[in-house]
Amino acid sequence: MNGFKDIEHLFRFAGLFVIAILVFLVVRGFIVPKSFGEYGHYRAAAIPQIAALPLHYAGHQACISCHSDIQAVKSKGMHAGVNCEACHGALEKHVLDPINVVPVKLNTAVLCVRCHAASAAKPKSFPQVNAAEHANGIACETCHNPHSPAIDAGGTK
Amino acid sequence: MTGVEGYMYPNEIRLYWSVLIVLYPYITGLVAGAFILASLERIFRVEAVKPTYRLALLTAMAFLLDAPLPLLFHLGHPERAWEMYFTPHKTSAMAMFGYVYLWYLMAVLTFEIWLDYRRDIVLRSQQTKGILRVIYKIMTLGSSNISERALNIDERVGWLVTLIGIPSAFLLHGYVGFIFGSLKSNPWWDSPLMPVVFIFSAMVSGIAAVMLFYMLLTKMRHKTIDMRCVDAIAMYMFYIFIIDFSLEMLDLVHRIYEANESFRSLNFLVHTKLYFSQIILQILIGTITPLVLLFITQVVKLPEIARKRMYTVSGILALIGIFAMRWNVVIGGQLFSKSFLGYTSYKIHLVTREGLLVALGLTMLPLIFLWILLKLLPPWEDEGAHAPAAGD
Repeated sequence: MNGFKDIEHLFRFAGLFVIAILVFLVVRGFIVPKSFGEYGHYRAAAIPQIAALPLHYAGHQACISCHSDIQAVKSKGMHAGVNCEACHGALEKHVLDPINVVPVKLNTAVLCVRCHAASAAKPKSFPQVNAAEHANGIACETCHNPHSPAIDAGGTK
Repeated sequence: MTGVEGYMYPNEIRLYWSVLIVLYPYITGLVAGAFILASLERIFRVEAVKPTYRLALLTAMAFLLDAPLPLLFHLGHPERAWEMYFTPHKTSAMAMFGYVYLWYLMAVLTFEIWLDYRRDIVLRSQQTKGILRVIYKIMTLGSSNISERALNIDERVGWLVTLIGIPSAFLLHGYVGFIFGSLKSNPWWDSPLMPVVFIFSAMVSGIAAVMLFYMLLTKMRHKTIDMRCVDAIAMYMFYIFIIDFSLEMLDLVHRIYEANESFRSLNFLVHTKLYFSQIILQILIGTITPLVLLFITQVVKLPEIARKRMYTVSGILALIGIFAMRWNVVIGGQLFSKSFLGYTSYKIHLVTREGLLVALGLTMLPLIFLWILLKLLPPWEDEGAHAPAAGD
């Protein structure tokens, strides 16, 4: 028994460790949400919460259900793969109330250069211009139809 | 755009890892280095460095307590840091490191210090009064057994803890290098040598710091500096410094010879934005100068006063040089574009959350921790707690 007396303090320190681990596990049990890890490294209950958030974007299908004429032009041009709301912005409210909520007319002199301003980081095949030299402040739609921008593909000159 | 030359991707213009992320590897490096110095006496039986054994442990503890603070200041939501412990992701090196840190803090350093000081703690719990008595009583964990056999067991367990502590110290700091070295997207960091270089530079910085603390504190206590001890420390610092410098040069030569697609851009960076911090501060002032000074002390028989001065200057320069190394790694790795066509700048702010004042405060804080630890657990043999004389 005397032998244990001389190592008793080591057990006390080890006991501190065990207590710390137990406290950690208890706190973890309270803090970590119950649904954490159900599907992956996140809280599964977050999915219905996020799904219940109000929508802002209506989606491409909603746009073309009314604007089939624009879709007909767009589908033949270089912007066929560009979603309507990528340029026009989130328009779920317009879809719900098309009469009263009307999208603002876009300023193409500002809008187009967001993608088409010349930059060394873009692939050479991507159409890009130095806007000041190319248009000198004139709105892009003066020459290009934004829905099908290539001039020889039906754009208004 | 201010501070930007050439082409930068939009997400590269601002540096996300600030001076606090420079401090973090610097501080953990001091911890690992100080612990390695302590292990020299304990494991490798280098008797000459014995006067610094306890001081090295306390230094490691003081800096280890400070180590996570730069990271917490860096985080936008420091209160979420616990998530790393509660829901660790197995693929996150940082999450795994959280456990390494805790292991090192509790199982290695606290345990080793407690074992080494247990006799002093028990005696002080009996000799002091007031709040100090309560603190020492708590630290005894309710056991006042300081029989010869119990202390003998402590000594053997302590040896084992130090033995486990050496790979733990390597893991602690090797991991920091690993975090950078494993980032394949950044050619300035992506190198398997990074953890090794970090470990050796950590050892140099930790040894230099403990050597300087020992000399300064001994002077402040009006005691004589044990030159046999300081000579031995300087010798180890010199040898480890040579290995560290060789590894860094090996990395450099490898990069120059390999000359991959990033080389021209990085070469330009080293000769322009990093010229002062890398070539001048890190290599010339912070590495070659202390190496030459330490070399002189090893080959020329110098008087004691000259050796002391040379060790002091070498120690301070080594600490500056290793801080510059951390700076060049962390900041340097964010100054160039992945397009290799442009460079950005880092302007340190003064009073922001990640500014200069916070960085200075976090550099000074371990000194306050150390002062408290020195008061609570004096490492000096001539000031240790004495057993009451027979008949008391």
